[in-house]
Amino acid sequence: MVVRTWRHMQERYNLIGKKCTTCGKVYFPSRKVCPECRRKGEMEDIQLSGKGIVYTYSIVRAPPKDFQKESPYIVGIIALEEGTKITGQIDCDLDKIEIGMPVQTEFRKIKEDGKSGVISYGYKFVPTVH
Amino acid sequence: MKDIAIIGYGQTKFGELWESSFRELLVDSGVKAIENAKVDGDDIDAMYVGTMSGGLFVGQEHTASLIADYAGLNPIPCTRVEAACASGSLALRSACMSIAAGQHDVVLVGGVEKMTDVADPTGAIATASDQEWEAFVGATFPSLYAMMAKRYMYEYGLTLEQLSTWSSIAHENAVNNKYAQFRSKVSVEQVMRASPVADPLTLLHCSPVSDGAASMIVCDADKATDYADKDDIIYIKAFTQASDTIALHDRPNMTTLEAAKVASNYAYKMAGVGADKIDVAEVHDCFAINGLVLTEDLGFCKKGTAGKFIEEGNTRIDNDKFVTINPSGGLKAAGHALGATGIRQVGELYWQLKQDKECKDRQSAINNGYGIAANVGGTGGTVCTHLLSVDR
Repeated sequence: MVVRTWRHMQERYNLIGKKCTTCGKVYFPSRKVCPECRRKGEMEDIQLSGKGIVYTYSIVRAPPKDFQKESPYIVGIIALEEGTKITGQIDCDLDKIEIGMPVQTEFRKIKEDGKSGVISYGYKFVPTVH
Repeated sequence: MKDIAIIGYGQTKFGELWESSFRELLVDSGVKAIENAKVDGDDIDAMYVGTMSGGLFVGQEHTASLIADYAGLNPIPCTRVEAACASGSLALRSACMSIAAGQHDVVLVGGVEKMTDVADPTGAIATASDQEWEAFVGATFPSLYAMMAKRYMYEYGLTLEQLSTWSSIAHENAVNNKYAQFRSKVSVEQVMRASPVADPLTLLHCSPVSDGAASMIVCDADKATDYADKDDIIYIKAFTQASDTIALHDRPNMTTLEAAKVASNYAYKMAGVGADKIDVAEVHDCFAINGLVLTEDLGFCKKGTAGKFIEEGNTRIDNDKFVTINPSGGLKAAGHALGATGIRQVGELYWQLKQDKECKDRQSAINNGYGIAANVGGTGGTVCTHLLSVDR
């Protein structure tokens, strides 16, 4: 679990994705092969802005074990400025959430594996402050 | 390529079957299928088993060996096939391919899941999504389908009433299915008011956690009459499969299952019939929205119109103009024992097409003699379809 978390640090902590220099498409999480260009594609790191809009969402009211304390909470799919979409929790009032709402990432604790287990960090989304 | 025939089918009840174990369920349904097909154990050349996760639900992997052993079928080859909730139909597809290639003549296909032996099956079910990038952030399976529903409502104006109509019809159909998990009617109002699971989905938009098994005997069509009466033979004209991204967020369009479109289009082409010729369909409604989306993706109505199409009653058993959808009650009401579902769907079509006594109270009109089943793994990362015909 620890190793798995470390493996994803660049992505989860710093929002580093991949861009195919051949077709220009951006991917998150990182991929080794561009599904469009396959072996003709050249993938390079790209720093994502973390800014985007809510593409769709749901309010989870029957949570899994790790997220019971937070229930009810919002999960959403966010369309990022760079053209890729990612899934994450959206931290805002339950009655304020709507499709099209501008949001941005914040670095947060995602979950902990009991009192002495691994604490996992990553991104959550919050409404963009104008 | 050899033609494929179904010559027998059997299933257990789907539901909370506390008294039965994983192995017992599959053996029970397997024995029923063998008896129904009038074959002997010695006639069976191979076995394929579909199960999503014996490891997480009952702590048992190497299920192929377990099942061959307990079914008394050693030493025939038995292969376990896994593709989340599409495991059952993928096992059937594997059997069809082995017969089509001339490798085997008579094959037993089984699907099973024992889901109630763990206190919280949610974690096991979540492994059918992208564990690192969906489940990790707290996205549950219902919430992934709920996000499809939200986007669908936003793009096409689907109402909660229309979405809920799906569940109400499913429960109505299951009343006449003695193997179904839920055999009580629920009104559209009850569906909408049920406890919320993941907005906009309530508990009654979701298929249940189920135990159950389904088994089928498939064979080389040239040899079908060696065992079964002519009236008990139904042909598998197409067995297709397609893949899509495992994570929902990687799809350009979340109101359609691209893999279902690809797999069903290929099935129609392989069988040489169009969607307009299908009399009866079993579609994968693990959540009500998926039923609506598949109704469109399989070509029964235009994109964005499924809500109205269903609400108007066009897919009901008593409709005489359009396809009947999920006469069994579907996953919603008949139950969803993950690995068994794909085979149960095709089993229902087998009964419907040969107008078996098992479905006499929920018999669809069979005008053209075709049925199609669509079985979905995860949120659509895998889709398998089987197209059946009364004629070879």
